[in-house]
Amino acid sequence: MSSTTLGAAPVPAVPPKIETPFHRFVAEFAASPIAVGALVVFAIIALVAILAPWIAPQNPYDLAVLDIMDGRLEPGSVGGTGITHWLGTDDQGRDMLSGIMYGLRISLTVGAGSALIACLVGASLGMLAAYAGGRTDSAIMRLVDLQLSFPAILAALMILAFLGKGILNVVIAIVVVEWAYYARTVRGSALVERRREYIEAAQCLALPTHRVIFRHLLPNCLPPLIVVGTMQIARAIALEATLSFLGLGVPITEPSLGLLIANGYEYMLSGKYWISFYPGIALLVTIVSINLVGDQLRDVLNPRLKK
Amino acid sequence: MTVYLLRRLIQAAGVVLAMSLLVFLGVYAIGDPVEILISPDADQIERERAIRSLGLDLPLWEQYLVFLGKALQGDLGRSFVFNEPALRLILDRMPATLELAVGATVAAIIIGLPLGLYAGLRPDSAVSKAIMAGSILGFSLPTFWVGLMLIMVFAVQLGWLPSTGRGETVEVLGVRWSFLTWNGLSHMILPAINLSLFKISLVIRLTRAGVREAMLMDYVKFARAKGLSPNRVVFVHVFKNILIPVVTVVGLEFGGTIAFSVVTESIFAWPGMGKLIIDSINVLDRPVMVAYLMVIVLMFVVINLVVDITYTVLDPRVRLEGKA
Repeated sequence: MSSTTLGAAPVPAVPPKIETPFHRFVAEFAASPIAVGALVVFAIIALVAILAPWIAPQNPYDLAVLDIMDGRLEPGSVGGTGITHWLGTDDQGRDMLSGIMYGLRISLTVGAGSALIACLVGASLGMLAAYAGGRTDSAIMRLVDLQLSFPAILAALMILAFLGKGILNVVIAIVVVEWAYYARTVRGSALVERRREYIEAAQCLALPTHRVIFRHLLPNCLPPLIVVGTMQIARAIALEATLSFLGLGVPITEPSLGLLIANGYEYMLSGKYWISFYPGIALLVTIVSINLVGDQLRDVLNPRLKK
Repeated sequence: MTVYLLRRLIQAAGVVLAMSLLVFLGVYAIGDPVEILISPDADQIERERAIRSLGLDLPLWEQYLVFLGKALQGDLGRSFVFNEPALRLILDRMPATLELAVGATVAAIIIGLPLGLYAGLRPDSAVSKAIMAGSILGFSLPTFWVGLMLIMVFAVQLGWLPSTGRGETVEVLGVRWSFLTWNGLSHMILPAINLSLFKISLVIRLTRAGVREAMLMDYVKFARAKGLSPNRVVFVHVFKNILIPVVTVVGLEFGGTIAFSVVTESIFAWPGMGKLIIDSINVLDRPVMVAYLMVIVLMFVVINLVVDITYTVLDPRVRLEGKA
């Protein structure tokens, strides 16, 4: 989607029957039924997250509709408020299904949001490194190497230890942890692309540098960036869930899936599995579907795998 | 070689220095150092005396030098909670973490190698496909959630294994170890498997790829032509050759395992460094946080250094690149 806005050079009027690169891309992506299935599943998850306030059986954070007497009901039982709790309730009497729908909203927003910011920061720095070269390049890449030599969970822990909890701080931590992947990817493909004739041609036309970078170089570096971006969204969601599970992530007032799982932890030992189990399944399905889509994108967008 | 080594050492020292500056700024610039380093229970006079004795009235760069000097002498402050030197507190917990990480690495090899071998030898069988699907799950599953499920199944429902703590320990060389008693070992099984999940998948994939590649090699054909039994071909000739990449990658992953033990230790209440840091963050025991970060940075720099040097010794191409 961003490729169409970025490559916004006058769109030639294409007769509908002729095969465009986009059509070819769609056809190749659809060749794998698993990937299409994963995309559909992810679309449903995203839709559920967006529509949660309208389709959830109850608003789990409206204290007026909660009844503490409904606490820790088993899946399928009917609570005092007349709602059937298909996935049971947590210790506060919240409907787990509704909790998961709202949790998905937070998990997806934080995950996708921070992955997007990391993409912007990382891609800009990677592009700068490739275009400027020399000292700038080696300084940025040294930083990338340093960042990548420390495991993500550790770096994020470090940042949250100093900044404290909160959604914004989690986003900052994920951005700091992830930008290096984008920077490395973009630099790699930009180094190859900038030696091509069309860049030379653009430079010969004395186009301003920013125009060469954003209108000519960047659109051609997009395919690998899209692949990395997809995978990193899944990683960001998993990282956010892990941090929230450890109690260093989102605040208790805005529980993501990770925090929901953490809430059920103490009840698990007494056999009340559903409080942790179902949010975990939701998290798992989300991550796996994104990874499967990313896998297929990599196969389709990688020119080396083309026959 | 010596020049390369020296340069690599200086680089490593540079990284440690840079990280110490980061940690220092994290403590002193983002938070209020008075609040961070002086117990909140202290009264006004105590506070002022502490500010002077901690040198907080000095300019920032001078404070950093003092911090650095003390850190070099192994003084990273005292824990508010335990009232012990923060560094000793962390070093006390380190064996538990190392034990768990080594246990996870061993588990990854014991479980991953045979599965990968099978999947590599019979790539088209249904069992192999199930193994490979499982390894994809191993990469995607949120580890902390799997830990909870392990507790639910094996500790709560089946009641086979304990889910928290280290169990009985035996003191050897002044350090307590769990794996030497049956009870301690049974406490270690669930956390070690949980921590090794990602590595099992990794080992399966590496072994499978290695076996499939090796089976097509001339030396395997030759061994077969000599009339050696299939078992001997696989377990002596192929096995030896696939072990090298597997061991390398598993070794490289060791640092990551120690880092990720933060999560596993929290789930299984394993009293290692990881649980200590999470507890310290939750009660804002900043000296312990600072000490943990410095220790872990040092550990990672050392691991990376060792890996790089080993590579240089094993692979002459890296050496040449360093010279160019």
